[in-house]
Amino acid sequence: MSDGNSARMEAGKAVLSEHVREEIDRWVAKFPEGRQRSAVIAALHAVQHEHGYLTQPLMDAVAEYLNLPPVQVYEVASFYSMFETKPVGRHKISVCTNISCMLRGADEIVEHVERKLGIKTGESTPDGRFYLKCEEECLAACVGAPMMMVDHVYYENLTPEKVDEILDSLD
Amino acid sequence: MSDDIVKIEVNGVPLEARKGEMLIEVTDRAGIYIPRFCYHHKLSVAANCRMCLVDIEKAPKPMPACATPVADGMKVYTRSRRAIDAQKATMEFLLINHPLDCPICDQGGECELQDLAVGYGRDVSRYTERKRVVKDLNIGPLISTDMTRCIHCTRCVRFGIEIQGIQQLGTIGRGERTVISTYVERAVEHELSGNIIDLCPVGALNNKPYRYSARPWEMSSKPLVAAHDAVGSNIYAHVLRGRVKRVVPKRNDSINETWISDRDRFSCYGLYADDRLEKPMVKIDQQWTEATWQEALELAARELVKTLDGEGEALGVLVSPNATLEEMFLLRRIADRLGSRNIDHRLRRRDFRDQNADPVFPWLGCSIEGLERRDAILVVGSNLRMEAPLIAHRVRNAALDGAAVTFVNPAAYTYHFEHEYVDAPVERMVHALGALVVAAARETQKQVPAVAAKLASEIAASDAHTSAVRRLIGKERALILLGHLAQRHPQFAEIRALAAALAALTGAEIGYIAEGANGAGAAISGVLPHRGPGGAAGGEPGLDVQGMINSPRRAYIVFGIEPREDIANGERAEQALKSADTVITFSSYVTDELLGCSTVLLPIAAFAETPGTFVNGEGRWQSFDAAANPVGDARPGWRVLRVLANLLGVEDAEYRSAEEVLDGVRRAVGETRPDNSYSGQIEAEGDAVQVSLDELDVPIYSVDAVVRRSEPLQRTVFARGAKGDDDARAEIRVQSAG
Repeated sequence: MSDGNSARMEAGKAVLSEHVREEIDRWVAKFPEGRQRSAVIAALHAVQHEHGYLTQPLMDAVAEYLNLPPVQVYEVASFYSMFETKPVGRHKISVCTNISCMLRGADEIVEHVERKLGIKTGESTPDGRFYLKCEEECLAACVGAPMMMVDHVYYENLTPEKVDEILDSLD
Repeated sequence: MSDDIVKIEVNGVPLEARKGEMLIEVTDRAGIYIPRFCYHHKLSVAANCRMCLVDIEKAPKPMPACATPVADGMKVYTRSRRAIDAQKATMEFLLINHPLDCPICDQGGECELQDLAVGYGRDVSRYTERKRVVKDLNIGPLISTDMTRCIHCTRCVRFGIEIQGIQQLGTIGRGERTVISTYVERAVEHELSGNIIDLCPVGALNNKPYRYSARPWEMSSKPLVAAHDAVGSNIYAHVLRGRVKRVVPKRNDSINETWISDRDRFSCYGLYADDRLEKPMVKIDQQWTEATWQEALELAARELVKTLDGEGEALGVLVSPNATLEEMFLLRRIADRLGSRNIDHRLRRRDFRDQNADPVFPWLGCSIEGLERRDAILVVGSNLRMEAPLIAHRVRNAALDGAAVTFVNPAAYTYHFEHEYVDAPVERMVHALGALVVAAARETQKQVPAVAAKLASEIAASDAHTSAVRRLIGKERALILLGHLAQRHPQFAEIRALAAALAALTGAEIGYIAEGANGAGAAISGVLPHRGPGGAAGGEPGLDVQGMINSPRRAYIVFGIEPREDIANGERAEQALKSADTVITFSSYVTDELLGCSTVLLPIAAFAETPGTFVNGEGRWQSFDAAANPVGDARPGWRVLRVLANLLGVEDAEYRSAEEVLDGVRRAVGETRPDNSYSGQIEAEGDAVQVSLDELDVPIYSVDAVVRRSEPLQRTVFARGAKGDDDARAEIRVQSAG
């Protein structure tokens, strides 16, 4: 069994970059031995950060590297809305539409982004530049509502002009 | 009273419970019904269906009985207003997305959701919204899926993790979009996979070959004993108009718990194959013609007597280890009457040199349940999961409980638990065992026993050998299990002698995994050339199977066998039969091979169609009645044999029922005590071996005629892989990972 395990781990290594592996190792070390399953979320974050979204080979590689059945990785990846299991655009735009932002005009911001990019929420632009996420929950920046998050950066007190400026500045 | 016992009250009835037990276990034991979907007594508690909510005094809200530990003085109400309201609300919630397709659902009539909906559901729905629709999965030829019906109880997921040891199904997605899925479409491939059909409380996972072929309420349920391995799982055959429609497990905690192997569940689809033999057939002047039973049996008796001409040793009797005890006993009596001791059931065995040291019957060494209490198990020469899936399951449980399990095998078969592996290629199996014996002698500071003395110069004990031996030494209940690969090995005598020496050095006991459903019964009833019923020795031994084919006989009786597939060196066996003057073949099927080598073909009832008795590997006698009608003019084997016995003048053979035959067996056999102690005198030498692993290892779905004809089983990845399908082999590799 141990031989099979190390062979699997090697197979996983071949797919994952050194940086990703370091990141996974760092997380695995935080949990008791044999509880490497706890590191799945962190591992998937690291992989997605590098590749933009998760593919089955990437998820399999994580499963192999952590010595888990692949389905346990699929379960986590499909559960959290922050993980993308389909190809998406490079820049991820999440416009908060929860109550504070809604009261301060978030719906118009969403409409503006949709019109500007020519896509609906949940879609990516055909050139692969932008992905407009369906945001489900409050992003906890009510003080600056309406707000959006682009590639993990918060932009607050939005107006359509400000949105144009932000998006146009991206490659 | 012990501190471990607490007193609780359920619906005003005082009950006692063990500390830490879940409420539902206590109420189940007391016969107080609490509805549930996700709870299953053999699986971990998930508490996600919420159907078992009950009212507990002083608790602020209803509590799930499956996940609430008992506490002293707890007062529980399962039928109070609050409990019923909670259960009804749960039911309404579950039905929001469940389709109303019961009329076209196979589960209809035996559905836990349907039953509970009658008890707890409302008669009108308050929902007008659309229902959720889920795409179905193809998870292989055995299990059909209608995932829209799934209520996410996760029993199937937990079965994968906890019982199979490999998770293939998971909960994918979240919230309303949650589905049970493999995510990547692939077959669920495990030898116990079919159990998720029984576990599924709704019609999401169903029996694929059985699909749409019957309704539960029109079938009768007949208890049977499974007929393909030494476990002897208890099963029910569900029978419609005399035909087996499907097989489900019958709970027996000391044998199969609530599980059965896929082989036992799906083999019944081989019963009604196109090549069933429906009428007796006789070969006259090289032409096959149908005959009446009387004509065929009279001809058979006449030909046997004429061909033998008083020379009993010219007869060979080859018997399937899946025959019933009654059939075996009658065959033995017929052979005796004809003066032949050439009778054997050890079809796939190659080495009979040390047969006098065989135990009275090949005993597992303990009860099947007792395997779980072993603290060390060394498995020698066994593709265990394929040979006896539920024995492998018990061994896994032992390992999960801390037992040191080691495999000494010609290949590193996949097991989903911690174990060690000692490589023992077919041609070096004797050396591997010799190395274990040498290592054991060194570790226990004893002399290398005589059996291994000659080998000692040829072998070196490696770390793997030393570690394997250390895992046995000092254990109170260590067991060395000899599997099919060991028993079929051309050097079985040496392997067993070395295993016995290893057992003596380490204080372990020896166990065997018997071949077939009734390998133990065959030995007990005297279907052996060197022993009589009950293991009685005496007289000159007759020829074993290999002897009977290497020095061909003039006449044979062949019972339930397809020679090429079922006998070691099968091609030679076929030739021997072809060259004989008279071959009386009892078979449920007719093939070109059997037509080519027989002179009379007698159609006998297949599995499920005959009453009888099997003795399983732990020595348990299990009798069963016929569940289905034999096909065509086929008759139960014991009846046909009784008539043949009468025609041949066997005394006191006027049996009127299978029970009477069984009484005869009991009288002849007496008390047989299992005893695996070894007293052989073999000196192991490392002779060359002319056999490959492929010849030794019979694939899981090729073990007998019925299984080989089960089309669903033949379409599984396991069967296709065994036939050399590269895609299937790759799939097995993928799935055996993790």
